[in-house]
Amino acid sequence: MSRNLILGTFLSSLVLLAALLSFVWTPYDYAALNIPDKLRPPNAQHWFGTDHFGRDMFSMIMVGARTSIAVALVAVGIGVGFGVPLGLTAAARKGSWWDEVIMRGNDLVFAFPSLVIAILITAVFGAGAINAIIAIGIFNIPVFARITRGAALSLWEREFILAARVSGKGAARISTEHILPNVANLLIVQGTIQFSLGILAEAGLSYVGLGAQPPTPSWGRMLADAQTMVSFAPHLALIPGLAIIVTVLGLNLLGDGLRDWLDPRIRVART
Amino acid sequence: MGMQSVRSLASALALGASLLASQALAKSDITIAMQLEPPHLDPTSAAAQAIDSVVYTNIFEGLTRFMGDGSVVPGLAESWEISDDGTEYTFKLRDGVTFHDGSTMDAEDVKFSLDRATAEDSANAQKALFAGIESVEVVDPLTVKVTLSEPNGNFLFNLAWGDAVIVAPESIENIKTNPVGTGAFTFGNWVQGDSITLNRNPDYWGDQPALETATFKFISDPTAAFAAMMAEDIDVFDNFPAPENLPQFEADPRFQVLVGSTEGETILSTNNKQPPFDDIRVRQALAHAIDRQAIVDGAMFGYGTPIGTHFAPHHPAYVDLTGNSAHDPEKARALLAEAGFADGFETTLHLPPPSYARRGGEIIAAQLADVGITAEIINVEWAQWLESVFKGKEFGLTIVSHTEPMDIGIYARPEYYFQYDSTDFQALMGTLNATTDPGERTRLLGEAQRLISNDYVNGYLFQLAKLGVAKAGVQGLWENAPTAAIDLTAISWSE
Repeated sequence: MSRNLILGTFLSSLVLLAALLSFVWTPYDYAALNIPDKLRPPNAQHWFGTDHFGRDMFSMIMVGARTSIAVALVAVGIGVGFGVPLGLTAAARKGSWWDEVIMRGNDLVFAFPSLVIAILITAVFGAGAINAIIAIGIFNIPVFARITRGAALSLWEREFILAARVSGKGAARISTEHILPNVANLLIVQGTIQFSLGILAEAGLSYVGLGAQPPTPSWGRMLADAQTMVSFAPHLALIPGLAIIVTVLGLNLLGDGLRDWLDPRIRVART
Repeated sequence: MGMQSVRSLASALALGASLLASQALAKSDITIAMQLEPPHLDPTSAAAQAIDSVVYTNIFEGLTRFMGDGSVVPGLAESWEISDDGTEYTFKLRDGVTFHDGSTMDAEDVKFSLDRATAEDSANAQKALFAGIESVEVVDPLTVKVTLSEPNGNFLFNLAWGDAVIVAPESIENIKTNPVGTGAFTFGNWVQGDSITLNRNPDYWGDQPALETATFKFISDPTAAFAAMMAEDIDVFDNFPAPENLPQFEADPRFQVLVGSTEGETILSTNNKQPPFDDIRVRQALAHAIDRQAIVDGAMFGYGTPIGTHFAPHHPAYVDLTGNSAHDPEKARALLAEAGFADGFETTLHLPPPSYARRGGEIIAAQLADVGITAEIINVEWAQWLESVFKGKEFGLTIVSHTEPMDIGIYARPEYYFQYDSTDFQALMGTLNATTDPGERTRLLGEAQRLISNDYVNGYLFQLAKLGVAKAGVQGLWENAPTAAIDLTAISWSE
């Protein structure tokens, strides 16, 4: 196992553990206001200090991890759930009008800057975690559709697929029984990368006020709230900022590590 | 040329530049920042405060005007006589006043302005100010007689509002983009989205102001406001949007901080027609669930005075009724149980952009949650707020600051967005409007404050503070805001 993989796994599981733990335990109630105790720097009682309402930042970061992970996870789920079947069918009917429709549709979605469209979607349908998930999820679909189709196309040329066809299996069965298991590695790696992008997108949306709404903590909104207070309470911005960095870095290292570990050939092909 | 001589040339240039700069520092220009940009520049056809901030007393003047301390003094009217029954006001206008386009300001213009405000199709945002006017009569070019249908003790006060300024029929057509008034400053130009420039009016009837030009700059983002102020790009921030940054300005000798009061009663507006808020016990429970001091400390960093009714604490007729709705979650829970909501209920809390609303809303939602009420926070932009809350009345709760001076009369309008419909209150306002005796008016105003406090119409939070930040050398700024205005005629630089 590479250093990337170890460090990535460590950082990612740290965040995941914090998020899971927040369901059963946080040091304080994340929503409890304690205004006389506001803007305390990190100390023994409040490990990450308190925010402008005197809320415990450590608890907020833990619950914020939950928000980020939930949004990113479901968004990646949408991407995989729709993108992979689309990619598989497109590859199975390579060159057909169906393939054209799917791939040009993908190009269409790709043509727009994802965050701008995500802002548009949440602005039209209302701010909130659910709409943020949908907005981020939509942009994951073409990513997975393309990568699936690309990998599947080369597999369709291989002898074992030919053998399966000769034995009488239809395109649908070949896709699920032979193609899908063989592109799974690729999807896991891409999923990890998209997951980290999803976390960034969620932070971006909540930074502009279109993500999870208060009182649900979210890292992006914590950053936005901290903006005017950076000069006298830097921990308000540093801590959620570091949380985002650690998570995204961890996931990217994990993705890189997984790619090397699962399939060295891909790395050679890409570089 | 060697390195040394390049350097000395550069420093000579820098010296020259700084000499030029210091000459310009015998300053007669000023850059004043405000958070919101006016939609247009006609104060007589819109409620937007930003319009008044730019044009009030600078470009446009009324028959009377507000001073910084809230007093009402003669403006374009030099003096007036009031008939014994209080229904006839005869105004003597100042002689030799001209509009910026050179035309003379006379009684015809006054009649035109008042008739325009009272007309059937008037677009005036404060028609109630003029409601009692029966007729406006030109006696001679410098005398106007206004007849009221009944006595109105507030009439001279009403005429001081920005909505009652005197405009000319010759220039009314383009008033929104090219305002022509009688004030000490003329309209220069407007760079949309950035700034408006005004220039000194050399033909002004009164004393010449110290400033030659003034630029109003629009900076909506609090972080950008802080940066611009710290970088000294602007000289004055009229009402600084981030109270948390004030201690830093206070500690910095380059700046002065002016903390004053506004006419902004910040309230938790409650939709009185929407169940369960049509039940007074529920509204009372809301009032007791709220901890005002926590809101002032948490949302405004301590700036603001708690209020218990819809009235400005600095007004002589103010009655302190905060005890009537003291923070008491136990009592709130008991009242909710009595009203049949022992398990609480769900409602919406619409929050417009200012930090008093956004931050205050988060605090109030937590305080309401404490007594079992789930208030879903919905952040809205102003346009959306005006559309769905103010006009559409589709809301449960909202937080907003009512910045018009002496606006308790809005409670007599059952169609007003919080929909308080009390015949007692409406009758009381009728009596008040017909009363001119100051002592009696104070008593009636006290009664009105008690009535809405006892009916728990809205949650009364705090009086919005005016948080002015300026460079140390700026003099003559209004500390308080009796009306939305930035009176340039009083401003000068020291030294």
